[in-house]
Amino acid sequence: MEVQSITFPEGITLQCGEKVAPLRVAHQTYGTLSPKRDNVIVICHAFTGDQYVASPHPVTGKPGWWSRMVGPGLPIDTDRFFVICTNVLGGCMGTTGPTSERAGTGRPWGKDFPPVTMHDIVAAQVKLIDHFGIDRLFAVIGGSMGGMQVLTWATDYPDRVFAAMPIATSPFQSAQNIAFNEVSRQAIYGDPNWHGGDYQAHGVIPARGLAVARMVGHITYLSEEALTRKFGREIRPGTVPSSGDPLSALPFGGMFQVESYLRYQGSNFTRRFDAHSYLTISRAMDFFDLGSEHEGNLSAAFRGVKTRFCVVSFSSDWLFPTSRSRTLVRAINQAGGHVSFVEIDSDRGHDAFLLEEPDFDRTIRGFLNGMARQAGLPAGECDNAV
Amino acid sequence: MRFDQELIASMVAPHSRVLDIGCGDGSLIGYLSREKDCDAQGLELDMKAVTQSVAHGLPVMHGDADDMLADYPDGTFDYVVLQRTLQAVDCPRDVLRHMLRIGRSALVSFPNFGHWRLRWHLLRTGRMPMTSVWPTPWYETPNIHPCTIYDFFALCEEDGYEVCKWMVVNGNRQSRLAGASPHLANLFGEQGLFLLRRKR
Repeated sequence: MEVQSITFPEGITLQCGEKVAPLRVAHQTYGTLSPKRDNVIVICHAFTGDQYVASPHPVTGKPGWWSRMVGPGLPIDTDRFFVICTNVLGGCMGTTGPTSERAGTGRPWGKDFPPVTMHDIVAAQVKLIDHFGIDRLFAVIGGSMGGMQVLTWATDYPDRVFAAMPIATSPFQSAQNIAFNEVSRQAIYGDPNWHGGDYQAHGVIPARGLAVARMVGHITYLSEEALTRKFGREIRPGTVPSSGDPLSALPFGGMFQVESYLRYQGSNFTRRFDAHSYLTISRAMDFFDLGSEHEGNLSAAFRGVKTRFCVVSFSSDWLFPTSRSRTLVRAINQAGGHVSFVEIDSDRGHDAFLLEEPDFDRTIRGFLNGMARQAGLPAGECDNAV
Repeated sequence: MRFDQELIASMVAPHSRVLDIGCGDGSLIGYLSREKDCDAQGLELDMKAVTQSVAHGLPVMHGDADDMLADYPDGTFDYVVLQRTLQAVDCPRDVLRHMLRIGRSALVSFPNFGHWRLRWHLLRTGRMPMTSVWPTPWYETPNIHPCTIYDFFALCEEDGYEVCKWMVVNGNRQSRLAGASPHLANLFGEQGLFLLRRKR
């Protein structure tokens, strides 16, 4: 399988002081770059996402994770905009990360891959943008951890981002967010195949631990209502305890649909994700706190930032609840910035940003149209002027 | 756009930075951005209206005047607009104070509770007045702080705001007759529209 990527031999010096070289940045692009290079939208993917935002995933064969949002005539219209999505630094879909070979060793980085931060993740994207000769992005859009990258883009490179949409996100990881991540990490560490982090040398992967990590994550992405609607208390027909798999040997001889679903999500995940990448990226999220870099004053991070923000939250999201978006909006206002804010009414939890939500689609399309007018971009065909 | 909004728009200088509190469907900020090249943003409590406005490309935030205004730094805007909302906020005096802190000028419109029809209704029937301007019964009205044009002049005096301009809007027209004096306005004005500035 061919992965679109650019390799930077000089590498990148991380915030922790360590250097990763060479640096490979894997990405997908959609649409056409305008002659003025002013129609660029960078989409930042979430924790376990990847660059295949609108094209089939090479491993699972599933449609791109935002293919209902990104494409010709869709809210993020590739007839009009040039969309770039990169795999994050530390990821495992082609960008340099723990599964990449460490130069001069003939072996993957593995547990020795240095810790990365949101700043590092965005800095790697900046290298790619520079390589393309793009000076200023029309917009940066991302949900969940993608939203953290959006905020980092706008505050680290304020002159290079015209508009920004942080979606279902937060300006910091809360204690609860970190706690859930820690449970996931402990599941990985506790796997017998973990081998102190040297599982690659043993030719195995800590699949059980990684699957449990994913299961925990998945619960936090859904609302109680969504889980109830999807599965209720239904028991899967024909489930009997099988020998061999201790988790399926239930004392009552049946398996709830929700259990079956989580196991499926868990085991599927291990086919496409590396445990070290999981740890690296979850750590990058946990250490994200925009305010802490300004003596706890979040609004200071937005001082002088001219980027136009559209903050979006979902009413039933309990991972990054609306209150966190409000904190963000207040901080931007306190800094005298430009911000729109919408809470989309949905009962589907955090994951709603990936699902069919007509109000959300309209919000993205409308905001981008409005911003395109302000930026002086040519009007799109579906540009519904007010 | 409503007639009173047209009047408000006529008082806003081109290229200004404007905050419209209670911006509804966003027609005023849309007009100001389009026609006067203003940098106009809105604040609205009704989430449906907010979503619609943003979906039309207008910069609007969900929130209410009582607690969102405190977040803005001094002098952020050239104009802060409050249309027909003063009587519905929890703390009208604080809202006005914030408007004139974060904006160099404030444009305020409100329905006049001193209008003769309301007085007559109360005198004649002894019951809370209901008119086209005050259409909801007392038990479900959002208008918890009604005031008269006299009251408003008095508050401006007390809190040190200069009334740079004021006018009376009756139905779909500006009433120059009722706008001739505060006394006439208080009796015959359905809505007051004020342009305020802080006194030095």
